[in-house]
Amino acid sequence: MNQWQNFSKGFIKDNPVFVLFLGLCPTLAVTTSAYNGLGMGLATTFVLVMSNLVVSIIKNLIPGKVRIPTFIVVIASFVTMVEMLTEAFVPDLYEQLGIFIPLIVVNCLVLGRSEAFASKNNIFSSIIDGLGMGLGFAMALTVLGAVREVLGSGSLTLIPDVLEFTLYQGDGMLVFVLAPGAFLALGYLIMLADKVKKKMY
Amino acid sequence: MDYLIIVISAIFVNNIVLNRFLGICPFIGVSSKVETALGMTGAVAFVMTLATIITYLLQTYILEPFGITFMQTITFILIIASLVQLVEIILKKVSPPMYQALGIFLPLITTNCAILGVAILAVQSDYNLLESVIFGIANAIGFGLALILFAGIREHLDLMDVPKPMQGVPIAFIVAGLLSLAFMGFSGIV
Repeated sequence: MNQWQNFSKGFIKDNPVFVLFLGLCPTLAVTTSAYNGLGMGLATTFVLVMSNLVVSIIKNLIPGKVRIPTFIVVIASFVTMVEMLTEAFVPDLYEQLGIFIPLIVVNCLVLGRSEAFASKNNIFSSIIDGLGMGLGFAMALTVLGAVREVLGSGSLTLIPDVLEFTLYQGDGMLVFVLAPGAFLALGYLIMLADKVKKKMY
Repeated sequence: MDYLIIVISAIFVNNIVLNRFLGICPFIGVSSKVETALGMTGAVAFVMTLATIITYLLQTYILEPFGITFMQTITFILIIASLVQLVEIILKKVSPPMYQALGIFLPLITTNCAILGVAILAVQSDYNLLESVIFGIANAIGFGLALILFAGIREHLDLMDVPKPMQGVPIAFIVAGLLSLAFMGFSGIV
């Protein structure tokens, strides 16, 4: 597999959210706007790339039996860093994402890539894999956030005050910003992603 | 009265799965049969209650006095991971039939965000020990309720004529959305 395929598989072919169904808790919970989805996606990407890097460096030093706890400690350290960084630099996002930032540590996507990819491959491929999977995850969250925001409140926020659009005035379908809308929107998007994947591969 | 509010709020109003979106992986993954849903619920209830107690003690008597609350994520997840291992070993020795029933679900629980989520939520809400325990148990019941209801619906869904593109996961999410809509009817009680 060349590095381009390794990078691009996370977007459609093995998209963590739409195809592999990994990391669904933050996907559903934080995507009330495109900005929140993007923020969560980028935070997860950072943790994914860094933990893949460290795991692939130390893969030969870890005894097989304590593999999983070691991965969890590595991941948890980077999650703590992300928690402190978001609190310091983007406090409004930190407020919005709340409990789901510490919960990146139990995101099955991150642990899954450590176990399935980084512990078997070299450093460079592991970084590329983390980057591709992370950005695929971020893309899925942004798309879901955008759909919910447009249908629910009629606006689209990619970066507050910089890239912010109002698409229509008046009340949107409020249910899409609330909890049930997350399930419904994701259900339809998975259906659509399946169609796109079948067309492309 | 306060305890009753915690219970009602955790089970119905802020249901851990349908409203807070914690524990979605087992909710979609092991909900195709009522029987496996029951097994998963048992394992989660057991570990969640224990984890809430231990993380509460850890937070109050170690992390806070030493001013190292930033270590919360690392310590909590390690405690939960070792707790799951411990529960597995003890169950195997003490009660083999229970181990038979819950065994395969236990390893999955380490990465179940519901456990860590409830532990962190209990700390964030400033509950005392008894309130934390009640919060843990009530959330476990809420998790079980959502999981078993959903498994029951999915068993019926197998016999239905679902449009082809929607078969499998998409229809499961749409059903979950409708279930969540139904639970929204409880909002405003507390």
